[in-house]
Order: sequence, then structure tokens, then C-alpha cells
Amino acid sequence: MSQGRSGAEQRLVTPGMTIGSLSGMRVGSGAISQNDEIIATKLGWVRELNGTVSVDPINSPYLPRSGDLVVAHVAEVRNNLWFMDINGSFQGLLPMSLAPWKVEFGQARQHMDIGDAALARVQEVDECHNVVLTMKGVGLRRLSQGAVVEVPVNHLDRIRGDNNSNLDRMKDTSDCRIIVGENGRVWIDGDDDGISWTREALAIAKQHGHKKDFDSIMKKHEGSFARKGDA
Amino acid sequence: MGGYGDVQLLRDDGLRLDGRKLDESRPVSIQAGILPAADGSAIVTHGLNVAVAAVYGPMEAHPRKIQRQDRAVIDVRYNMAPFSTSDRIRPGYNRRSREISKVTAEALESVVLVERFPRSKIRVEIEILAAEAGTRCAGITAASVALADAGIPMRDMIVGVASGKIEDTVVLDLDKAEDNYGQADLPVGILPNTGEIAFLQMDGDLSPEEFDLAMEYNFKAAKEIHEIMVDALKARYDGGDN
Repeated sequence: MSQGRSGAEQRLVTPGMTIGSLSGMRVGSGAISQNDEIIATKLGWVRELNGTVSVDPINSPYLPRSGDLVVAHVAEVRNNLWFMDINGSFQGLLPMSLAPWKVEFGQARQHMDIGDAALARVQEVDECHNVVLTMKGVGLRRLSQGAVVEVPVNHLDRIRGDNNSNLDRMKDTSDCRIIVGENGRVWIDGDDDGISWTREALAIAKQHGHKKDFDSIMKKHEGSFARKGDA
Repeated sequence: MGGYGDVQLLRDDGLRLDGRKLDESRPVSIQAGILPAADGSAIVTHGLNVAVAAVYGPMEAHPRKIQRQDRAVIDVRYNMAPFSTSDRIRPGYNRRSREISKVTAEALESVVLVERFPRSKIRVEIEILAAEAGTRCAGITAASVALADAGIPMRDMIVGVASGKIEDTVVLDLDKAEDNYGQADLPVGILPNTGEIAFLQMDGDLSPEEFDLAMEYNFKAAKEIHEIMVDALKARYDGGDN
């Protein structure tokens, strides 16, 4: 597990719990320092890496960062920009100038309408949580086919596996194109059997993603794949 | 004697009517993550009280006039179900639920790291399914577990506990008869790790000595309930097969 959560010594902490004394340690995400002690602020597993103590949260909302690849839905269209739902606290703004098409003023709706899905990248996030998206870049496009499934943001690492090993296996097994957005939305495209199998796999990840035997559960599921034509 | 008439609340053997000792709390059980649609949720059973809390967010604060540029606002809605007591409660907001929503929101704002989410709103819904005195405490405990379950950063959790006075005797965790016919009630929201107090209300009169004893009981109970809260959160993720 890439998050270093496999050891038996991993500690599950709840908000307010003292992780240890501050002595020489840096405080990472999910923790604060108070009276020379490190206090957890989230429910999660303690991680100590290079002198930094942080808490890997078990459940967390999506907080956009610049550079994130996200699967977004159009929530609102104006004459020259789109407001995109990126599964975060705030909508992302996609201006006409950062769209992959040459858009005439007032024609934004012709290219993408409310409810459409798109693959976009987070261009910028300011201190007030304003998010600007871009669709200029390799592979960024409107998603006109396939299915979008939501999964918990904190399980993305496990769904991908080390070096995308899980994800690659899922792609091989189902023969689908799968794109995992950082915002917890997964786009799947392929034939019906492949899509429905991948949806099941992601539902398993949603339910069992935090468990130690997640990999073996997934492998078992991989063995269950059968195309209707194969029978 | 009791606050109203001659209702006997203490037995001759010194125990309370339901057989509890003076410093004994009603049984508490907590389960986290019961509502799949919510970002975080919890159910708290405290004696005969049943409180469910659901947390949604952080999300963009609407209407925009409630937005704060430097922090999140916590929008708490405490509600008692019409069937929660023997007298049917008229559905909807009333003076009492508005007050409890306000004090709960203020208590939670003191522990949630609201400055991490400018312009946002965190919605906390507390629904009391069954009531038997002490619903605001059960509600705040449920809200606290639900917030932790939702992954909202907090510097500590809040435990809602109450003590009171019956027949000139300080007791922990009043039940319905003790609340109705007792002399005082002291609900407190305690931060179990730091020992700080996030909210405190007092109904009736307590002498300074009685107040100190009541608070001592409250802190003792808070510690016990906090352990149950931690177990509930851990059980959700760290249960048997993890």
C-alpha cells in the first residue's frame, strides 16, 4: 500500500487525541501542535515520514489543488464561461479562453451544456477557494460516452494501487478505458459487461477500500469477470 | 424535596428511582456512519434518548450573506420528531429548537477548524427520534461523532453531559422524572482531551459547592462517554477484519 498503512503498528486516531510530543517533529496534514504536543484533528491513521507526523484521514472532502485531473459536470453556463461541479465545496470556473474550442461569445452552450461531463485540469486555486479549470492540454475533453462513478477521495490510492497496478489490472480485465479523477470521480468507457463489472469493482472499493484484505477482495472479484458471450 | 410538590425522586436506600447511583450515567451506545447519503453521521442512544446526526459539507455557503470570507459557518438544525415524546410535538422550528441549534452551533464552532474552509458552510442536522431528558446533550455528542466521521478537522470532540439537583442532592444525568420534578439541571459540553468547556447552561439554582460537585460528575461522565465515541469511530473502520 503506497500510503504505508500495511504495518500492524498503524495507529487509528480520533480528533483531539494526542499523537506524541512535538520534540523535533514537524506537523503535517490532519494534525496540529498544542502545548508541545501533536494533536490529531481528523479520524485516520498516523503516518510518520521524514520527521513529519501527519494523519491519513479515513474520510475527507475533496480539496482541489492546482494540477489535479478532475471529472467535472457542467452546472451552469454563461455567455463566455462554464461553472463546473467538481465534487468539491465550490464550483470550478472554466472560462471560454481555457476551453479547447474556439468559442464565440454567447455560443458556450453549443459546446457544452448543463449536465455534460468533461475531463479538466485544475489551473489555479486561490486562498478563497476560487477554482479555475482548464481544458487545454493533452487528453482533456468533453466526455460524450461512458459512465461516471463516484468513489471516496481517500480510497483513490488504493483503487490505483502501487504504480497503478490495481488500475491496470482493472483495465486489462474489463477491457475498458478508465480515468480516475482526483476529485473522486471515475470515468469508465467500454462495452456494457466491462462497464458493469468495473462499477461493481468500484462499489467494492467504496465498501472495503479501508480494509487490509482489500487487495485479495479485488483479486477475487477479478476472477469473477465473464462476458455474456463467453458462456 | 423536589422542585414541584412532593414527588419522591430518591429511594430510601439512597439510590434513584431507576436504581442508579447518584453518580451513575444512563447507558450510552453510539454507532457512526449510519446514513450512506451523508458525508458523516452517527446515532446516539443515551438512556431512552435517541439522537441521529448527519453532516454535509463543507459546501458553498448559501445564501451568500451568511458567508464569512475568513472561515466556515456551521449551520445546525436541531429538531425533535413529532413522535419523540408522548405529547405530539408540532413539526417545525420552534423557540426551543432554535435556541438549542444556536448553542450547539456555537459549541461546535469552537472545536471545528473553521478557518480552513473560508466561505463554506458545514451543515449539521440533529434529529431527536426519542426524548427522555437530555436531548441536547445526546444531540451534541451525535453531532461531534458525525463531524469526525465526515472527516471535518477538529481540535477535539465535544461530549454532551448533564448533572442536576434532586431533593437537594446533586446527581449525574437526569432522567425525565428527575428533570421535570428536580431543582436544577446543568448541561455542559466538554472537550474531553483538554478539559475545556464548549457550552454550559444552567436551569435552576446550585450553590457553588453543588456546582463543583455537578461539574466533577460531568467530567467523569464525559470521560466515559468519550471512550464510547472513540470506540464507535474506530469500530467503523478498524473493525474485526481490518
